Amino acid sequence: MGACAAASLCALGLIVLFLFREGLPVFRTVSLGAFLGGRHWFPTSEPPSLGILAMILGSGLVTGCALLVAVPLGIGTALFVGEVAPPSVRNPLKVAVEMLAGVPSVVYGFFGLMIVVPWIQEVLGLPTGQTALTASLILGIMAVPTVASIAEDAVAAVPDTWREASLALGATRWQTLRTVVVPAARSGLLAGVLLGMGRAVGETMTVLMVSGNSPMLPPMLGWPVRTLTASIALEMAESPVGSTHYHALFAIGAVLFLFTLFLNVVGELVGNRIRGQA
Amino acid sequence: MQCTIRKLATLVFMVSTLALPVLADTITVKGSTTNLPIAQLTAEEFNAIRPDIVISVQGGGSGTGIAAIIDGTADIGNTSRFMRVSEWSNAVAKGVLPYNWYIANDGLAVVVHPSNPVQELTFTQIQGMYAGTITNWSQVGGPDLRLVVVSRDTASGTFGSFKDLVLDGAEVTAPGALFQPSTAAVEGTVAATPGAIGYIGLGYLNPRVRALAVARTEAGPFVLPSIDNVVAGQYAISRPLFMITNDFPTGAVLDYINFILSDAGQRLVLETGYVPVRVLTR
Repeated sequence: MGACAAASLCALGLIVLFLFREGLPVFRTVSLGAFLGGRHWFPTSEPPSLGILAMILGSGLVTGCALLVAVPLGIGTALFVGEVAPPSVRNPLKVAVEMLAGVPSVVYGFFGLMIVVPWIQEVLGLPTGQTALTASLILGIMAVPTVASIAEDAVAAVPDTWREASLALGATRWQTLRTVVVPAARSGLLAGVLLGMGRAVGETMTVLMVSGNSPMLPPMLGWPVRTLTASIALEMAESPVGSTHYHALFAIGAVLFLFTLFLNVVGELVGNRIRGQA
Repeated sequence: MQCTIRKLATLVFMVSTLALPVLADTITVKGSTTNLPIAQLTAEEFNAIRPDIVISVQGGGSGTGIAAIIDGTADIGNTSRFMRVSEWSNAVAKGVLPYNWYIANDGLAVVVHPSNPVQELTFTQIQGMYAGTITNWSQVGGPDLRLVVVSRDTASGTFGSFKDLVLDGAEVTAPGALFQPSTAAVEGTVAATPGAIGYIGLGYLNPRVRALAVARTEAGPFVLPSIDNVVAGQYAISRPLFMITNDFPTGAVLDYINFILSDAGQRLVLETGYVPVRVLTR
């Protein structure tokens, strides 16, 4: 078992090493400030413009709006499954949420492109349905299982004696849920949100298929948007190995890695705190 | 008894299929997705007459195809643009001498939604659309409809050709321009979007989208994308397609390329919707 852990740690280490070894050479061509804050992304121009600001903001917009969908649904599901639902409903529901996590992202993308994109286009009267909004809605649904499963753990970690004490004092089940369980599970719920955020920011295939991939500044909900992940997927196959463009795409990968690492570390720390308390 | 014979036959069959790839010459073809339909069909037909040669065809884009020849990871590199100076010098530095075979022509068609009444555009108008200065179809004599600009991703060979042939080297700067990962995605988006304009290879033209007649200047002539117009050199948005080998090839690779350049091969090029390198006698 130790060997398995060592192997996966080794794989992670090699990925990180490779990511930075291939990504850092881009800074021979462009400064860090111009890379992160540059307004134009024309990687195949001579000379290339390699600014990823539009994509950072695009990823931020899509992820933020996806959370607006995923957090209420995910935490609501967790509370319902953990606190309210009778066992006969609980188990099928848990299986259903787990299945949501098992659907391949390209299937979400295909569904989005065929059903959600035309629907958004028609209902909102937009020139095209490939928008940040479309991507956010679908990503939100995709992040629900992540948020729900961690939030459920957090709720389960609240000791039953606390609930019993609250009910014994005359509080209703709703009051107990609202004033005892949720505050006690607060850190775990937050961890769920952070990890859901990591899920949304890292998703690639679905976003590539439904968001239109337009590096807009500033990104807007009803317009096409380009995320960091989509940029890599869109252009990696066509960028010659060792070119500036190739290194720039790896640098985008490094930015994404640092961001998800940050989210995971914070998520873990917050999650541990709740486990320590309980 | 019969059962034993069947088992034996199955065994012989299995062993022979296992042995086949070992006995046959394998040619690896890699690169531009524009060349892909041509490479796939010609590989299939060539394999039918020369079963001793197995051809594996992969996509990946022009850049990948050229890189594969430089790195020696493919026998033939497909590219829908001519090699860049940096790619030539990179190849020569590694002792690779690229030989560019002119195997077909591709015409890019500028396409709109079938419901769009606009019939023709000049390069200047198309440039304005992709630069974001034209944002409504009414600015080019069409209905009051918001324009949706659709492009391939900027790293693709198809975008490279469109940029060189139509945009005069300019980038796509129209706010909200959609960038699609494949020609099929461009076609699908245009077919689903009344205000869209996009560009696709002639091989992908179908009734779901409508091609416009284009002219360099207002003076015309406005020419529709068609095979005859491309062969005759009348249609402005066309480009040659290449297969690249390291040095002049021998053996199976030369046989395959000679097959593509033969009349039979060029008829297959025509069959895939691309344009042959010469007018074929029918």
